[in-house]
Amino acid sequence: MKEGKYLDVVYKFEPKYSWAAGVAISRFLAELKEGRIIARKCMNCERILVPPRMYCERCFRPTDEWVQIKDTGTINTYSISHVGTDARRLKIPILVAVVDLDGATLGMGILHNLGEVEPSKIKVGMRVRGVWKSSSERQGAITDIRYFKPIGEE
Amino acid sequence: MLESPKELSFEATRMALDSAGLELKDIQSVVSGSAPDAFDGVHMKGEYLLDGMGGIGKPNQRVYVGGGTGVFTPIGGWWNVASGMYDTCLCVAEEKMSPLHPHPQYAFWSIFDQILERPLGTTLLWIFSLEMRRYMHKYGITEEEIASVAVKNKGNAVDHPCAQLGAKITVDDVMNSEPICWPVKRLDVSPPSDGAAAVVLASEKVAKKLTDQPVWLDGVGWTLDTTHWTNRDLAYPEYVEKAAWMAYKMARIKKPRKEIDIAEVYDPFDYKELHHMEGLQLAGKGEAPKMAVDGVTQRDGDLPVCPSGGLLGVGNPIAAAGMMKICEVFWQLRGEAGKRQVKKDARTGLAQAWGDLMQVGTVAVMRS
Repeated sequence: MKEGKYLDVVYKFEPKYSWAAGVAISRFLAELKEGRIIARKCMNCERILVPPRMYCERCFRPTDEWVQIKDTGTINTYSISHVGTDARRLKIPILVAVVDLDGATLGMGILHNLGEVEPSKIKVGMRVRGVWKSSSERQGAITDIRYFKPIGEE
Repeated sequence: MLESPKELSFEATRMALDSAGLELKDIQSVVSGSAPDAFDGVHMKGEYLLDGMGGIGKPNQRVYVGGGTGVFTPIGGWWNVASGMYDTCLCVAEEKMSPLHPHPQYAFWSIFDQILERPLGTTLLWIFSLEMRRYMHKYGITEEEIASVAVKNKGNAVDHPCAQLGAKITVDDVMNSEPICWPVKRLDVSPPSDGAAAVVLASEKVAKKLTDQPVWLDGVGWTLDTTHWTNRDLAYPEYVEKAAWMAYKMARIKKPRKEIDIAEVYDPFDYKELHHMEGLQLAGKGEAPKMAVDGVTQRDGDLPVCPSGGLLGVGNPIAAAGMMKICEVFWQLRGEAGKRQVKKDARTGLAQAWGDLMQVGTVAVMRS
């Protein structure tokens, strides 16, 4: 390839999908728009599930009720990503974490970004809080929370 | 000049037939394994690859569980033969990652949840770097301990004729390599690769006619966990444990650490070999790093792990990489591994693969 000895077929595939978010995630997104995080509870195993689902995959029965949980939590694990979706090098790394949210069953983490923190200062176990977009900017998406930032001496 | 996917498949398939002393007419069914179609940009890759895999006009099945596909392919073959349906089954795994630009990792953009995860700027490496960091935290494991696996496997691969990244490197080399997705650094991760590998499975009565040195597929196991991966204990692969016990039970293995002589554990990243050894019950939780550092898993150690050089050294053509592990156990158990032959007398071996959204375990136990 370095010698230029290949036939370069550029193939553009630009489909548009309209995914069904489903019953549980549609409600989850609507609550994000209002600045709240909501989970589903299974009365059988007593887990509070986030992301919420309308059925409990362990008990294999419908879940029972909506439970509002908090926008604070604990970093379960984190990473400093120097590459983007197509594996190209980024100029500014993305900070990413699994955050165990307060109010959900322990270990019910969600994937999100971290911000307002020096990469070298991030720790597993660090307490964080969601930083929301303003109500006029929110559109019912996971990105309505800009990122999670450490809870300092507030 | 690079081979096409069909040409790669043909080469591996022909080698397997020659090794068994068989022709295509002797083969009753074919199981093919290949991972995402997006690598090749070819729809229905199983059908596309069919003629290179010797599958024309025969009962053919493609099996697919992401990175777990390589070991799942002979498991599919085992269904064909152990069910009594066929006496001979050709199992072929192929992967060609090089067509996709700018990087084959891009093929995985759709692995993450489209509504809750992709808008965050996801890249495949995140699932590994986040899992590695959690594993390190839970058991107090250092990056240097993990790097010792990359050093071992790339060193072992120097003796493999198909190796892409065989090299004598040091822990410092790994530590000083560029961070890609910290804690994952350049030398912690296997490369994108092209490759193919194949085996022939036969029923007991046919195998005994073909060779006086058969290797038996004595136990198979496979399980999957949910795609809700952020709800899982990332420090321990429970789905690998379940798959392992399924295979061990079938092979009547009660104490895996004592009864398994060699293991080709799935190692797309160096920490993954350790993580999987624990899931496979070959090490206690958090104890695999010490075994690696102490040399237990070297070729001359008490439990050689990845004597082939693994994915880190030989390369990671996804489905073919898992099948390469099956081939290595076959050669090791027959004493045909040449310079790679382990020091101990190996009678029972294990091959394992892993994949999808960190949720698949596929395990095969083989005996001479």
